[in-house]
Amino acid sequence: MVEPVIDVRGLHKTYGPVVAVDGLDLSVAPSEIFGVVGPNGAGKTTTVECIAGLRVPDRGSIRVLGLDPQADRNEVRQRVGVQLQESALPAKIRVREVLELFGSFYRHSVNVPELVESLGLGAHTDAYYRALSGGLKQRLSIALALVGDPEVAVLDELTTGLDPHARQQTWALIESVRGRGVTVVVVTHSMEEAEQLCDRVAVIDHGRLVACGTPAELREQGGGVTRMSFRPSGPFVDRLLTSLPDVTSVHRQGDRVVLTGTDEVATDVILALNEAGIRARQVSIESSSLEQAFLTLTSEDSPPASTGGAA
Amino acid sequence: MSTVTTTSWRAFLSLVRIEFRLNVREPTGLVVGLGAPVLLIVIFGSIPTFQTAQGALGGLSPLDLYGPILMVFTLSMLALNSLPLRLATYRELGFLRRLAVTPVQPSRLLLAQLTVHATVAVAAIALILGIGATAYHLRLPGSAPGLIITLVLTAAALFPLGLLIASSAPTAKAAGAIGNILFFALAFCSGLWWPLPLMPALLRTVVEKTPTGAAVQALNDTIAGNFPSLAPLAVLAAYALVFATLAIRTFRWE
Repeated sequence: MVEPVIDVRGLHKTYGPVVAVDGLDLSVAPSEIFGVVGPNGAGKTTTVECIAGLRVPDRGSIRVLGLDPQADRNEVRQRVGVQLQESALPAKIRVREVLELFGSFYRHSVNVPELVESLGLGAHTDAYYRALSGGLKQRLSIALALVGDPEVAVLDELTTGLDPHARQQTWALIESVRGRGVTVVVVTHSMEEAEQLCDRVAVIDHGRLVACGTPAELREQGGGVTRMSFRPSGPFVDRLLTSLPDVTSVHRQGDRVVLTGTDEVATDVILALNEAGIRARQVSIESSSLEQAFLTLTSEDSPPASTGGAA
Repeated sequence: MSTVTTTSWRAFLSLVRIEFRLNVREPTGLVVGLGAPVLLIVIFGSIPTFQTAQGALGGLSPLDLYGPILMVFTLSMLALNSLPLRLATYRELGFLRRLAVTPVQPSRLLLAQLTVHATVAVAAIALILGIGATAYHLRLPGSAPGLIITLVLTAAALFPLGLLIASSAPTAKAAGAIGNILFFALAFCSGLWWPLPLMPALLRTVVEKTPTGAAVQALNDTIAGNFPSLAPLAVLAAYALVFATLAIRTFRWE
């Protein structure tokens, strides 16, 4: 077993009467992209703020790179880059200035022009912060988390406010950062992001860990099914498909066949139809998403409004 | 250990440089802190009777009375308006919280802010004395050490009070409002509208127990050519101690 980069044991944190985190355990392996998802108010941000040393846990232990974020404050801050939710910069600071300023806080900093290019900020280095669009502000805030050449990057709401292009670009950047051996923790509301980007995902609800695993494992835990439907080129008996081990149900809707099964179902169905000389037209395949698994895993007595995607 | 120290001083210098630039780009605090007292010395200096020595003022001209008042005016403007507004704005933005997760020690940011404000204060005071003396026969303090000690103690009392405003105000707007109210109250105590030597004895005894009243009293001593008497310096030192202790205890980053 490799020594975890982040090790959280029995974390408790309350704000007055509100229990934000209630006995949470987490373990993040080296060079992993680790997702933290959960409904609003589940305790995600509090957890990463404790990991970043911004908040003092009421109980429990946190180790980051083997260090205590409170006792070894300076060392942890040197080696952990953090992107915070809802933190703005002075209106009239320029992109280049703030990156150089933050770079000067660290023992090593990355090459600012390269960082700026990799985040698509190259054309905006002389712009004032207040002149940046929401997406550019978000990219700058990611750049600030990475400018100190961190061993661990903790990114809260990584791609909130980014358009699909910028999201893809940001995911590619995070992949390349991980490629350099950086361990990345991403807090997100986006199941798509968790699925596309993360090696493992922790689902947090009511301050507790409700599930943790690869996106595929979580889909399964959430009762994953694949739905497939198509219009057959000719008649066939349902037994042709119900006999397949991966198929769980088959029924007809007008001239369409609708079936459910495991995530291997599509190939088996097409092959079986092909052997019977039937072609499938207008095929639609819908894998139960991580989103559905997430809703299943976190649904118990959490109000529906809290499972929305907005921050 | 030495790398930690080097990094943290490099961070401090970067912060000072950025703060200067931001102050020049958004010069509200700077304009008022630097410009207003300079403007006032020019206005007061241009009133013909203000340059005439008067027996009722112990042989000083009205302008001579305003030299100390304007020096204290500058310090209180920067300490009570500019500093808390800037810090409260940074807190409201979440910029202080953002800095708190970097290796920069939070105290470095405060130190950088104080450095910038102190530098502006020194420049403003030099302008007041320089313009006043060369253009309007303003009498300069006779005791340079007395002047410096008084100004340092005044700054040591007023800047922590500004930090207290920054930490107690819920928003940047509130910090601006509280700073303004305190500024005007303390400007009255400094004699801006009613110079100390002309105040009734009882009122004068009271305002000389306030930071700005004590500061002007001590500066008046230096204008008269003497080292300041101990009483106002003790008052300033006491305020400095109390406000600094409270400011350190209550300062919040978010």
